[in-house]
Amino acid sequence: MATTLNHKTSNLGSIIPQRRDAILSGWLRDMLGSTRRTDLMKESELQTQCQQFLSLLEKATSQSTNTQSAVYEPLREMLSDVSRTRALQGFSARETATFIFSIKQPLFTAIREILGKDAETMADEMWLTTEIVDGLGLYTTEAYLKTREETIRRQQEEMLELSTPVVKLWEGILALPLIGTLDSARTQVVMESLLEAIVQTNSKVAIIDITGVPTVDTVVAQHLLKTVTAARLMGADCIISGVRPQIAQTIVHLGINLLDITTKATLSDAFSIAIQRAGFKFFRPQKRESAEEK
Amino acid sequence: MEKIPILRMGEFLLVTIQVDMHDRLAMTLQDDLTNRISETGAKGVLIDISSLEIVDSFIGRMLGNIASMSRVLDAQTVVVGMQPAVAITLVELGMSLQGVRTALNVDAGMELLRNSVNGHEASEYGSYFH
Amino acid sequence: MAVISTETLKVVSEADIVTVRRCVRESAATLGFSLVDQTKVVTAASELARNTLIHGQGGQMELATLNGPRVGIRLIFEDKGPGIPDIDLALRDGFTTGSGLGLGLGGAKRLVNEFAVQSRVGEGTKVTVTRWK
Repeated sequence: MATTLNHKTSNLGSIIPQRRDAILSGWLRDMLGSTRRTDLMKESELQTQCQQFLSLLEKATSQSTNTQSAVYEPLREMLSDVSRTRALQGFSARETATFIFSIKQPLFTAIREILGKDAETMADEMWLTTEIVDGLGLYTTEAYLKTREETIRRQQEEMLELSTPVVKLWEGILALPLIGTLDSARTQVVMESLLEAIVQTNSKVAIIDITGVPTVDTVVAQHLLKTVTAARLMGADCIISGVRPQIAQTIVHLGINLLDITTKATLSDAFSIAIQRAGFKFFRPQKRESAEEK
Repeated sequence: MEKIPILRMGEFLLVTIQVDMHDRLAMTLQDDLTNRISETGAKGVLIDISSLEIVDSFIGRMLGNIASMSRVLDAQTVVVGMQPAVAITLVELGMSLQGVRTALNVDAGMELLRNSVNGHEASEYGSYFH
Repeated sequence: MAVISTETLKVVSEADIVTVRRCVRESAATLGFSLVDQTKVVTAASELARNTLIHGQGGQMELATLNGPRVGIRLIFEDKGPGIPDIDLALRDGFTTGSGLGLGLGGAKRLVNEFAVQSRVGEGTKVTVTRWK
């Protein structure tokens, strides 16, 4: 027999109200095991969620069996919330999805009790119910995954920000020690940190130290170039320090054009230049004569 | 028609751009500035863009043009006060404003201008790139 | 993708480019974009609006605010101008040239997350860009 599901109507709309209490208690009982997580959620809260879900399901199934249709929007919204909350509370993906899937058994029981006499209708109904619950379960899992992805992305951003500290070396001179790979996401964060620091400290020179950057290829060089250009646009000059001999070789080998950016092997060399450019001079006071400092 | 005021401070001209300029206003500014430099024999132009929240390629090109034209008239141009977000965006757009000197603020910009006019290049490396 | 609202602005004069900037800025700010992201999308809009005006001989921009699952702004610039004969060429521009004499499409592309351009010579051009929060 062909299953033209979208044209068939489910009887759940009338079955649920007849067996509501039984379905609810059966569902809650089935979730008793690992998915209940009373450490994360109070039982009363769970009961409320189940009741809400059941009435929304009752309403939706009396109109359609297509879980992706507009009729199911209230249900999907509720499930989005549920998944999101559970993801943030620390439930696992399986635990979250089981919330939905464990409603199948009690629903089947109710269907059997009410439609048991007509085998064909009962079979149809069970199949329809399976399709509906599966569709909702999948949706729940997707929503859960999305929340997890958001969390991970946010954590990555925070880590990026933490790993780009800008140090004030002297009046008007900043140092930015880069550690780790410089990809485009990192470059954006680096630029923002550096430029903010330039404004706040009124700095004219920034030393970007790349000792901690493992490889410098054309892509990394481009990112460095972007950062230097952005700083220059604001009126601060950049010196790149920590250029190891291997990097110097790579730069020449790859034909990377660093324009006229000054590069130095050590931070202290870069600092000497920065001092000059920022308009300072260091004196070592003479022992005999009175000293003239700066 | 609205015009952006050009102030004269000794041998320098000072322009503060505070409005979101439409293209024609930008072109007018370019013309006005060039004329004023010529009329006054000004040695330097300071353009304060600290209020500009958007600098697109058109404005960027305008700044570059002003710098070039001023140089022909023997005047230095310094653009000051670019906001960080603007700098980041310009760089992403691919504009480096070559030939335009920049400084963090009006004070730094004026110092740059004074030093370059007096020939004291030593204390300002600034951010000049050719 | 859930569209919260759409707005269509005409782009037929220089003043319209300023209006476009203001409008996109308001939407981005309302949606809570970071300052840098606001600046990027407004600047991209300015570039594309100018293209529509100058190369496309006038057209319109449709602004849609999106919310679901991700929050973002989508801009569609359309004109019935001469079209772009070589889109690849138009998109290509070196990072350090900065002469900006081209159509500025390459630059605008780097300022947004999604970028699509359809164009037919003699019929017109449609550029669709999206910036996510």
